[in-house]
Amino acid sequence: MADNTIVLEAKDITKHFPGVLANDKVNFDLRRGEVHALLGENGAGKSTLMNILYGLYRPDSGEILVDGAPLTITSPKDAIHKGIGMVHQHFMLIPVFSVTENVMLGAETDHRAHPNNGPLAHLDRKEVSKKVRDLSRQYGFDLDPEAIVGDLPVGVQQRVEIIKALYRNAKILILDEPTAVLTPQEADDLFKIVHELTQQGVSVVFITHKLKEVLAIADRITVMRAGKVVGIAKPKETNEQQLAAMMVGREVILTVDKQPAKPKESVLVVENLRVRDQRDLETVRGVSFNVHAGEILGIAGVQGNGQTELAEALSGLRGIESGKISLADKNLTNQTPRDFTETGLAHIPEDRQKHGLVLGYTIADNMILCDYYRPPFSIAGVLQQNAVDTNARKLIKEYDVRTPSPYVSAGKLSGGNQQKVIVARELSRAVKLVIANQPTRGLDVGSIEYIHKEIVHMRDRDVAVLLISAELDEIMALSDRIAVMYRGEIVTTVDAKSVSREQLGLWMAGVSPTSVKV
Amino acid sequence: MDWRRFAIIALVIAIMFGTVVLVGSTQNSPLLIITSMLTTTIAVATPLTLGALSGIFCEKAGVVNIGIEGMMLGAAFFGWLASIYMNTVYHQDPLVSMTFGVLIAILSGGMFALLHAVLSITFKVDQIIGGTVINILATGITGFLNRQMFFGAGSVFKGQIPHSPGVLPSISIPFLADIPTFGSIFVQQPITWAALILVVVSYWVLSHTRWGLRTRAVGEHPRAADTVGINVVFMRYANVIIGGFLAGLGGAYFTLESISSFEPLMTNGRGFIALAAMIFGNWTPFGAWAAALVFGAAQALQINLQQYKDVIPPNLAVLQNSYIVGLAPYILTMLILTGVIGKTIPPAADGKPYDK
Repeated sequence: MADNTIVLEAKDITKHFPGVLANDKVNFDLRRGEVHALLGENGAGKSTLMNILYGLYRPDSGEILVDGAPLTITSPKDAIHKGIGMVHQHFMLIPVFSVTENVMLGAETDHRAHPNNGPLAHLDRKEVSKKVRDLSRQYGFDLDPEAIVGDLPVGVQQRVEIIKALYRNAKILILDEPTAVLTPQEADDLFKIVHELTQQGVSVVFITHKLKEVLAIADRITVMRAGKVVGIAKPKETNEQQLAAMMVGREVILTVDKQPAKPKESVLVVENLRVRDQRDLETVRGVSFNVHAGEILGIAGVQGNGQTELAEALSGLRGIESGKISLADKNLTNQTPRDFTETGLAHIPEDRQKHGLVLGYTIADNMILCDYYRPPFSIAGVLQQNAVDTNARKLIKEYDVRTPSPYVSAGKLSGGNQQKVIVARELSRAVKLVIANQPTRGLDVGSIEYIHKEIVHMRDRDVAVLLISAELDEIMALSDRIAVMYRGEIVTTVDAKSVSREQLGLWMAGVSPTSVKV
Repeated sequence: MDWRRFAIIALVIAIMFGTVVLVGSTQNSPLLIITSMLTTTIAVATPLTLGALSGIFCEKAGVVNIGIEGMMLGAAFFGWLASIYMNTVYHQDPLVSMTFGVLIAILSGGMFALLHAVLSITFKVDQIIGGTVINILATGITGFLNRQMFFGAGSVFKGQIPHSPGVLPSISIPFLADIPTFGSIFVQQPITWAALILVVVSYWVLSHTRWGLRTRAVGEHPRAADTVGINVVFMRYANVIIGGFLAGLGGAYFTLESISSFEPLMTNGRGFIALAAMIFGNWTPFGAWAAALVFGAAQALQINLQQYKDVIPPNLAVLQNSYIVGLAPYILTMLILTGVIGKTIPPAADGKPYDK
């Protein structure tokens, strides 16, 4: 129900951070009832712009107009007061509080005719509950105001965030990477809610780096790159390819360019592997497969079908129940992660922040995590800073890690750059097998393209690659052979060229391959 | 408070009470013994209750406070000192002197807390270190001043320990205190009554007021609180200082309510036991109070057993050694802190400085 009234306008916004020009004369406007997508890679300046609009940062120059009137927003309180609400990528909810308590926090007595600003104001949970229920009905979703937020699925928590903004009479809603944490089903539900919001006159800024989404939901698309607005497009007049090129600044190959595989000897041999998870449930139930040098074996499957435990077992991180794992003809059953690494395993773990990096360490130190104890990095138990420094500078250059220095702590990097640090560390060693578990989750187009290229590159150097991913597109694009995992078992293994997306989808959902003809 | 925890509390208290009833049954009626135990339990649980409430306010706001021991010790000393000054130097009525002493104790608890707040909130010093600083500082300052002022040549009182104004008088609850035998439970001293009232008040404030909601928010997820316009630093400062006031009142118990003198290190680990009570009570005022009663009962056991020392039957001879009985609260503390008695969940941001 977009009309042409401009409700929010940012004019020539410029913002410097030490060493970075995060926003360079950015112009942005939002019309009533529209979904305006802000598209850009990580670090393009989308979040900076939104944080300025929400009062978390102050611009160096430029002005903000709300309903045509210029104003200075110096704190989230101002923004809230002006009807701007923000749903942060990492939810700003208190898990042990109920939905109602989360909604009323900071606006405890606003529902009263005469708000009481005294610290001992009584919490009218019942009245606010009722308001929360009414609001959620008005926008067409169900929300139990008494539920404890931490017990709710992520998609529902996001609705709590939306209600929190609507409760404060937000007319402008900024959604920061709202689908990053959602399952496809939850994302569809979110789109319905966004549609309902705009129908009722709320204007939505939708920040994302996912191309498919903007085409599906936006009325207008503003693309940012390196702190500048590089273009405004309408979904009907553009396509993924074009948007990706605008985002990255060059042609992006969305499909992976690769030659047919030339598989050689078996590198990884897994026989009848059984693994239990931390709740002691058997989640890998008798899995056998081989990965050959020079091929990519993709493991497709809906998340939670044993892939996590499989990857952990194959890297020595988790003890196995029974079965056999051998790598390069060496039996590594129940050996330590170091044995696996020294035999020639490169592991790109599923959770890059938990298992891939030591976030508090510098990039340089993270880059030697596999080799720190031997020359050249360590001689007689003493770290050789020169060697560590040389190694870091070389890898940063080679793998295009964007950082001002090798001595920035890994936690300060964006997701894409964090993943590049891991990829650099793992793939720069002389390895025989790469296990890549969800290697591109949450990354932007440019980083995804880069990591895909590196994986194919490893294969072409006769390294065996085991790719585990819940993204069917990724599995289809990279794999030479595809194994489908369902409930801890590999239900079938097929040649990647001879199988359709739909067929894989059926197998992943548990339809038995024997009952269906390929 | 879940039923299991409640059952454990009831069981432990029953064992303590049962022991004394068993030993003393030849001398007194069980009802009399139980009444006496209860009266003592409630009284000696007072500093533990107040210490635990102090911890709850600090930690609910996200600041770990292991300096309660020191805050109580410092408050015990300064409160006592103030009451003596009022009494002997300014010749005030004992009750006025003691009331003034309590006030000074509360304020000195607050001052120690302010120091903890500056260290841990403004300067983001590790909060365990901040608390340890307070404990060491309080031990040093009270020990030093105590010796300088009261002992030796050249001390303020010239080696003459002045007459202290005594201890706070008991307050009886009308009618309830008149119940035969049982009524003595309702005769308690003012800080004990205050502690009980403060348990209820703390519960109310934390669960049903804007202050409580915001306090818990900054202790769980300070950034979330910040994004809805709550001043995290202010909330943390204020709650730590409130905690200091409560610890200060707990300190006053030692020198103005329990006995009328000060001894170095007289808090004797009660500040740490209070923390155990806070944890066992799962950071809730009523839970902490119930846990404080368990520790109180252990102490009451020791106190009450003394009068039956001569009639302890030979098969319970171990109870004759009051040192062993006196260990009970500390052993309970260890058991609770090792998590034997179920898991408790601290506030998520407890102990973490807030970086914008």
